Amino acid sequence: MPILPVVLWTDALIFLLLGAAIALGFYAARREPLRAPWRQIRKRPVAMAAMVVLLAYIGIGLIDSVHFKRRLPATEAGQTAQYSPEVVSLLDVVTDRLRKNVERTYSAPLATHAYAKETVEMPDGTQARIFPRLRYGGAHLADPEKEWPQDLLFTAVQGGLLGLVAALGLNALFLFVLSRRRHTRGGTMVREILAGKTDTAWRATLGTLSLLVIWAGLCASLSFKYHLLGTDKVGQDVFYLSLKAIRTGLVIGTVTTLVMLPFAVLLGIAAGYFRGWVDDVIQYVYTTLSSVPGVLLIAAAVLILQVYMDRNADAFTSVTQRADVRLLFLCIILGVTGWIGLCRLLRGETLKLREMDYVQAATALGVGSWRIIIRHILPNVMHIVLISVVLDFSGLVLAEAVLSYVGIGVDPAMISWGNMINSARMEMAREPVVWWSLVSAFVFMFGLVLSANLFSDTVRDALDPRLRGR
Amino acid sequence: MIGYLIRRILYAVPILIGVNLLTFVLFFVVNTPDNMARMHLGMKRVNQEAIDKWKAEHGYDRPLLFNPAAEGSGKFTKTIFFDKSVKLFVFDFGPADDGREIGVDIQQRMWPSLAIAIPALVVGLLINITAAMLVAFFRATYIDFWGVILAVAMMSISSLFYIIGGQFVFSKMLRLVPISGYGDGLSALKFVILPVLIGLVAGIGGGLRWYRTIFLEEIGKEYVRTARAKGLSELRVLFGHVLRNALIPILTGVVVVIPLLFLGSLLTESFFGIPGLGSYTIDAINSQDFAIVRAMVFLGSVLYIIGLILTDISYTLVDPRVRLS
Amino acid sequence: MNLLFTNKLVAALLLLSLAGCAGPPLNNPYPRREEGKNILYSFFEQRPKHLDPAQSYSSNEVTFTGQIYEPPFQYHFLKRPYTLIPLTAVEMPTPIYLNAKGERLKETDPAEQVAFSLYEIKIQPGIRYQPHPAFAQDAQGRYRYHALGPKELDQISALGDFKQTGSRELTAEDYVYQIKRLAHPKTQSPIYGFMSDYIVGLKELAAALQQAQQKIEPGAFLDLREYPLSGVEIVDRYTYRIKIAGKYPQFIYWLAMPFFAPIPHEADRFYSQPGLIEKNITLDWYPVGTGPYMLAINNPNRQMVLERNPNFHGERYPSEGEPGDQQAGLLADAGRPLPFIDKVIFSLEKEGVPIWNKFLQGYYDSAGIASDNFDQAVRIGGQGNADLTEEMKEKGIRLVTSVETSTFYLGFNMLDPVVGGASESARKLRQAIGIAVDEEESIAIFRNGRGIAMQSPIPPGIFGYTEGEAGINRYVYDWVNGRPQRKPIEAARRLLAEAGYPNGRDAKTGQPLVLNFDTTGTGPEAKSSFDWMRKQFEKLNIQLVIRNTDYNRFQDKMLKGTGQIFQWGWNADYPDPENFLFLLYGPNVKAGKNGENATNYKNPAFDRLFEKMKNMENTPERKAIIDQMLEIVRHDAPWASGFHPKQFSLFHAWYQKAKPNLMANNTLKYAKIDPALRARLRQAWNKPVWWPVAILLAVLVVGTLPAVATYRRKERGTPPRRSP
Repeated sequence: MPILPVVLWTDALIFLLLGAAIALGFYAARREPLRAPWRQIRKRPVAMAAMVVLLAYIGIGLIDSVHFKRRLPATEAGQTAQYSPEVVSLLDVVTDRLRKNVERTYSAPLATHAYAKETVEMPDGTQARIFPRLRYGGAHLADPEKEWPQDLLFTAVQGGLLGLVAALGLNALFLFVLSRRRHTRGGTMVREILAGKTDTAWRATLGTLSLLVIWAGLCASLSFKYHLLGTDKVGQDVFYLSLKAIRTGLVIGTVTTLVMLPFAVLLGIAAGYFRGWVDDVIQYVYTTLSSVPGVLLIAAAVLILQVYMDRNADAFTSVTQRADVRLLFLCIILGVTGWIGLCRLLRGETLKLREMDYVQAATALGVGSWRIIIRHILPNVMHIVLISVVLDFSGLVLAEAVLSYVGIGVDPAMISWGNMINSARMEMAREPVVWWSLVSAFVFMFGLVLSANLFSDTVRDALDPRLRGR
Repeated sequence: MIGYLIRRILYAVPILIGVNLLTFVLFFVVNTPDNMARMHLGMKRVNQEAIDKWKAEHGYDRPLLFNPAAEGSGKFTKTIFFDKSVKLFVFDFGPADDGREIGVDIQQRMWPSLAIAIPALVVGLLINITAAMLVAFFRATYIDFWGVILAVAMMSISSLFYIIGGQFVFSKMLRLVPISGYGDGLSALKFVILPVLIGLVAGIGGGLRWYRTIFLEEIGKEYVRTARAKGLSELRVLFGHVLRNALIPILTGVVVVIPLLFLGSLLTESFFGIPGLGSYTIDAINSQDFAIVRAMVFLGSVLYIIGLILTDISYTLVDPRVRLS
Repeated sequence: MNLLFTNKLVAALLLLSLAGCAGPPLNNPYPRREEGKNILYSFFEQRPKHLDPAQSYSSNEVTFTGQIYEPPFQYHFLKRPYTLIPLTAVEMPTPIYLNAKGERLKETDPAEQVAFSLYEIKIQPGIRYQPHPAFAQDAQGRYRYHALGPKELDQISALGDFKQTGSRELTAEDYVYQIKRLAHPKTQSPIYGFMSDYIVGLKELAAALQQAQQKIEPGAFLDLREYPLSGVEIVDRYTYRIKIAGKYPQFIYWLAMPFFAPIPHEADRFYSQPGLIEKNITLDWYPVGTGPYMLAINNPNRQMVLERNPNFHGERYPSEGEPGDQQAGLLADAGRPLPFIDKVIFSLEKEGVPIWNKFLQGYYDSAGIASDNFDQAVRIGGQGNADLTEEMKEKGIRLVTSVETSTFYLGFNMLDPVVGGASESARKLRQAIGIAVDEEESIAIFRNGRGIAMQSPIPPGIFGYTEGEAGINRYVYDWVNGRPQRKPIEAARRLLAEAGYPNGRDAKTGQPLVLNFDTTGTGPEAKSSFDWMRKQFEKLNIQLVIRNTDYNRFQDKMLKGTGQIFQWGWNADYPDPENFLFLLYGPNVKAGKNGENATNYKNPAFDRLFEKMKNMENTPERKAIIDQMLEIVRHDAPWASGFHPKQFSLFHAWYQKAKPNLMANNTLKYAKIDPALRARLRQAWNKPVWWPVAILLAVLVVGTLPAVATYRRKERGTPPRRSP
């Protein structure tokens, strides 16, 4: 085989989570009480637009979670196959050009020349301080000064048109499927959508989708010839870094929840349902944990991990693996500090639920405690769990940046928005200012967090019985 | 009430012991006393003898948790853990690993932290409540819609961006305030104003959204309809009835954080070079000064528990129906 | 309501802005009363851990202790090569050499015969300590504060709270007292272990003190005068003798460091009172010295302030220097009394960004340059020489450059089975990496050319460094066009193939070669340097795993000898090649022994030469031996590559007498500033800009308009209220 698949810890968890989400979707689709909130969400244009953006992020994160090693060419015949120690993802393959086209140091977005002067040896042996041409950015231009504006425009329009074609195709596909399902004619469907009269907010959904696709075409086309968002201190493409950082953000936001959920649900419900000493012990544990300032707990945990990795250095042979284990550990420790809130909520809710007639009746009939919990209590606290999952997501993505700033976040070798912001701090002090790393991290992060927030707002409105219908 | 308080305070003791044990184990798994000694003695020309001397001097030459060599209760009391944590309970923090008394430093560094945290909290509360009232007043209009979107957008921006951007614009480009530092007395004002302002702006999104929900919940209640039916104007209803009733959740939400203000903000303080407890903690983490970290963790948990107790008390104060037992 | 409020705000801001135009700059971080005063503003990036001269070793601490404590000797401020001159001593001592029987040897006798060297140091009479409560006496001549009761202690929170101070003359006994303190178990002097091999009787004293301390109750005071130190002897009130084992010509350099400054026994007794220790009042935090400055405010959380010592014995500005110093104006003040500046304020500044910005605004008088603001400050001329940019020149800023006497290197752990060892294959692998790691590029990217690539462990300015073609590392460089040029990467690939890893794959198994880089770096700077380092190894198709960890873990690895490739540095203690070559001396290995030989390099030939070279004077024979040693090191390549950093310092127009002196640590007394010029320029550079704020407010006001409109509409919608 030319490749050797590698499943990192976080990859496995991400796909587990994906599977769980799909299963939940199927489960919910069959049950009316769970479909009602979904119908409410579908009506909201803002939520649907946000969902499209979120799905785009998730898509990028997913293809970046398929890792493998490439096979090396055999040096002698009859050897066992050797694989490159470098772990790459599907996204790396797609963006191979961005990854490999590394400049020497800073260059501005879409630039053809370096950002700072460098001492260069001239053909005649003297040294001069000039802005040298970039190795890859705009390297196809013979005379950048003259050709650059036209070429830029041409490339952009080309990419945009490509995107437009793709967007039209997608829209047509959607229209076809939709009108088939509704048994209406395509024209009526178009009119209804444009007028915003459909049940589902198709206008916003398709509109966002089209814009995204066109924008993607534009970016892709430009980034093949130039460094779309410039390069960083060691010449890596910032656009590539921003794309790679998406997975880190998503993993922190989702895996953390996945890790903490079993504890929070089990302990919260157990405390509320059994009361007595179980409640006392659980309350003691979470009060103790929550009174330790979170940052310090995380700092200690990250240090422990480092000790562990150094003692077992042989188990972590590649950069990617080391970074991945640290990321996973960060998720776990964030989960440990994060489950308390949910646990407390669930305890309160369970205390209320266990006094309900049907629970009391079940108890009187001699139904086992665990059966009651699974049958009657768990389904009735599910909305709290879901709400807290979606609400926590954006907070966790933001937390990653702050923790990386303090030096206890993800591995410094890992590409993340936190690390990008962190270096941007120094760059802002440069003169002239190197702004593109900061702005790129800002835009990409803002896009994810904003859409997650808007989406989770709607989800909360739809799921929370107290807010429903307002 | 008094009996309740005493019980709560006694209940805090096992929690504090737990916190202490936890931090102790966490940090000592990582850092043996030898590590700490080497960290503090520096790079050049350090030998084992010097390390042993440092350990003896700082009381790290005993076993960590259990001393098999000692007799009777000494097995537990003649350990580093006992040595270092018993004194915490009477707020005697002892010296940091670099020799300075932690208690003195905490007293000194508490004030800059408060100078930023208190104005940010009070003014922030006023602004957020006012803004949320306005949005609630205009509910179901496009102002409400865009106001909420704006709030969500603002809270989707990492606080790092607010700080980096604010510092860049106001201190570097516009030269309105000093870039970093701190002053005594009134001269602290020029150092504090920008961090407070940034804190306000960063907090407005979340605050607005949170208080808006509270207000909307109140507005939906029966008594509001009654008040309106009496012919009171909308503004009167909002300020006279809704605000007063919404104060309960607002107050209880705020009381919990008040004690924690002492701990300061990690980010703001380190960005603006403010010598508060937040930057003290960060420095201690970076230099792995275990004594300081332990003291700060202890202080943090004490303050947290005080916050919880205060919340309970404030419940009874604002709502006489609640009785603590 | 909203509108009214913002209107008021605008008015207030307008008023403020009017005031701002006329008054002092708004962004001045210092109080107004300090304006125009003869104060130097500087910063410290890390809070000093020790100000006790027996303990402080790091440069950020010596910044303070160097100005306060006076060892017997100092480096001449202007002369190069670095020359020692007397500070409190009357003259430079000539060591007397004795054989094992205690007989005096002649200069010409071979070094092997020398069993002891004797230094007799005579200090100037009449030098007095700074005013300090430890010396305060009452009418009966008893020390006022040596036995403080709880009542008195209540009123004390800092040293300044003591009402009465005193002083006394400096005597030879104080110097001896400090040497004894090096052996005190409580002092934990970093150089004790090292010095105990040289100073006769130091080990015995340490043992005696250890015993004595166990007898007394903890915390009680040990008067060191009662414990003899056989190798150090007080001759008379102003003279003392130090006897060291063997011949160690570099010992004199140690006598110019604060470790050998005087400590009065009164201070030691005063500071050992438990009541004061509880209040952070210790010798470690409140120095007492004879130097030009004394520590007036000691708040390591924010600010440290040095003030002129009123009892300073007086010293004059040097009247001779290097050629060129006259033209540079460095001799204009020859013969004038020192120090020039009344007060030095150090502010805590943990990050580079604010330091640089405040320097540009004129709030720090001098600053170094970080790589991120290099382009703003410095422009490299056609010949590669550094010059300031127009922007900086307009501000009157001056640039002073010097190559530091330190070496930073990428080292291999010689105990490692892959990269270490004396085998031919491992050596070739090391040499290949030495060529591949393009130190010149690293210096260009990360240091903007502020450094020179290493040719040998010895930096320029130290005896044994060779300029030009003869001094290059032939295994890594070629001499092309009068310049060393790194060998092409093909040469490295060839070496790698010869080492058994053609194209980065093990020739036998075909497995790709993976190496580990152990480092402590965190943060953004480190991230980009890791990326860069990986790129270097990729040139050879070697995959580099960055094993970064925290300081302790890294130290652990180094101690156990389990690291593989790492970065390390050494800053000269004194200007002698011995201080660099001992980093590769076999018996000094790090692993297991905690020596300074971090690579654990052992080569018997090298060690033999080192032992010979160590005690020699700077003669051509010594140079020849050093050249042999360097050849061995280059061939074995325990250090892949490295650089000697270049220091670029910027000084504002009002800062005079700036000459970098990398050895001396007491240079503040030579600094001079022009406060009037500073006040004027600060005013000109820091005009506040208000209009964007006005625009921001306008936007906010406009933003409330729709709300007002909606409110109106709502009002109209409800039925108009009847008037009562």
